[in-house]
Amino acid sequence: MPSYSTSEFKKGLKVQIEGDPYLMIECNFVKPGKGNALYKCKLRNLLRNTVLERTYKGGDSLDAADITEIAAQYLYRQGDMFVFMDNASYEQYELTAAQVDDAWKYIKEGTVCNMMLFNNNPISVTPPNHVILKIEYCEPAVRGNTATNLTKPVKLETGAEMLCPAFVEMGELIKIDTRTGEYIERAKE
Amino acid sequence: MPREPEEARGDFRPTADWPLLRLRAELLKKLRRFFDERGFLEVETPILSADVVIDRHLDPFAVEVGDGGSRRTMWLQTSPEFAMKRLLAAGAEAIYQVAHVFRSGEQGRLHNPEFTMAEWYRRGDDLQAGMQLLGELAEALLGLGPAEPISYQQAFELYAGIDPHAADIAALAEVLARHGRSAPESLGPADRDSWLELVLVELVEPELGQSRPQILYDYPASQAALAQVRPGPPAVAERFELYVRGIELANGYHELLDPAVLRERNRTNNQLRLADGKPTLPEESRLLAAMDAGLPESSGVALGFDRLVMLSSRANEIADVLPFPFDRA
Repeated sequence: MPSYSTSEFKKGLKVQIEGDPYLMIECNFVKPGKGNALYKCKLRNLLRNTVLERTYKGGDSLDAADITEIAAQYLYRQGDMFVFMDNASYEQYELTAAQVDDAWKYIKEGTVCNMMLFNNNPISVTPPNHVILKIEYCEPAVRGNTATNLTKPVKLETGAEMLCPAFVEMGELIKIDTRTGEYIERAKE
Repeated sequence: MPREPEEARGDFRPTADWPLLRLRAELLKKLRRFFDERGFLEVETPILSADVVIDRHLDPFAVEVGDGGSRRTMWLQTSPEFAMKRLLAAGAEAIYQVAHVFRSGEQGRLHNPEFTMAEWYRRGDDLQAGMQLLGELAEALLGLGPAEPISYQQAFELYAGIDPHAADIAALAEVLARHGRSAPESLGPADRDSWLELVLVELVEPELGQSRPQILYDYPASQAALAQVRPGPPAVAERFELYVRGIELANGYHELLDPAVLRERNRTNNQLRLADGKPTLPEESRLLAAMDAGLPESSGVALGFDRLVMLSSRANEIADVLPFPFDRA
C-alpha cells in the first residue's frame, strides 16, 4: 500500500487510519528548540464526518487511502437507496440516504454529481456548486416587493424546503448555491 | 474557467508587503547598532562548510562539490556556530553575524528551510551574563520590557504540574492525556527527551512570554547540545531560550569547552540519527581542532531574525515577513 511520510503531509491528503479513509484538513509543523519535528494534524473521517486530532513526529507515515472521484449521474430513488450511474463506465452504484446526506435536496434525475469511491465503493456524493430547480409550492408573491431581505419558505421539486425572497412565484426556476444552501437568483434555463 | 495569465504567474510576487519589508530593514539596522554600540565586531563566515553541527533533529542540506577524485560533500550551515567559535579560539573578544542558514524539512507557520539568523559570542560570559545580554537585546528591539528568567523546572511545575527532572515517561504521558493532547504513537517508551519536548510544546511553550519576554534556562542535562552541563543534583545544561508570546525566538549556551565531551556527544547523536533512520554526519571537525587548541569561556546565542520581525509586526506567519519563502524561492 502506498504511504505518505510526514514530509509529504499537507492539507487535502487522503489517508487511511484503522481502516477508515480520512481527509487531512489541517497540518501544522511545530518544532521545539532542538527537538523532534512534530506535525499536528486534523483529519476528517470520510465515512462518519467526525474530526480526529493527531500528532505525528518526523519520520512517521500514514497509508494512502484508495480514493477516486468520478462524475456520476443521479438516476432515481428506490426506497432508502439512491441510484447513480458512472458517466464513463455506465456502472450503477447504490448509495444510502446517510451517504447521500444533504445532496438529495439539490439533485433530480440527470444531475451529474461528483462521487467519491473508497476501495471502489461509493462513500459520498457532492452536487454541482450551483443547481437550477423549480419551485413546486410557495405562498403567492407579495406584489411590488423586490427586496431580498424579506423571505418566505418554498418547497422545491426535489421535496426539499428552503427560504427564498418573498417575490418568487410558484413554478419559477431558481438558482441555488449548494455549498451554503442559499438562493442566488431567478433562473430561466 | 481558464486562469488569467496574471493569476497563473502571480507567484513571482513577494509574500511580504512593503511596510513589512521596510520594518525588516529597520530592525536589521537596530540589531547592528545594538552590537556596534557594545563593541562587537561584525563577522562573516562560510555558509557552505566541510563541517556541520551534529544534532539528532537537525538535517543539513548536503552539497556535492568538485568532481572525480576531488569530489566531496560539504554542508549548508544550520547555524554559523562552528566558524564563530573558531574565531573565538583565534582571539576574538566579542563577535556577531547576520547569516542565512538552512535546515532541511523545516517548513511551517514559524519555519522556512532557509532563514536569517543573528548569532553572537562574547568571551568571558557565563550563563548569567549571556542571559543578561539576550534580555537587553530583546528589550532594545521589541520594547516589551525586561525579560524575566524562568527555569525549565519552574516552568514545567507551573504549567504542567510536573518536575521535568524527576518525572518518568508514564507521568509525562499521563499529564498530556489529562490535558487531552495526543502523543505520536511512534514515540518510544525509552525516549524520555521526546516526551519532555512534547510536554514543552503542548503545555509550556504556549504560556511563555505572554505578559513579557521570558528566558527559559537550565535545561535537562540530556538536552545540552553544545552547552556546558552544571553538576547537580539535578545536573542541568547551561542552555537558555528566549520566548515572546509563546514563540521561541533565540537559543543560547554557556559554551561547552571540553573537546572530549563534544566527541562523546557527537557519537551519541550519530547513533540516535542512525536509530531514527537518518544519515550520520562527520564527527571530526575544525571546531574540535579549535577546542583541542583551547576555546575561551563564552556564552553564545542564535536568534531567529524572521521571527523577530514577525513579533514586531504581529505578522501571522513567517511567509509574511519574507520576500520569497521556500515555495517561491
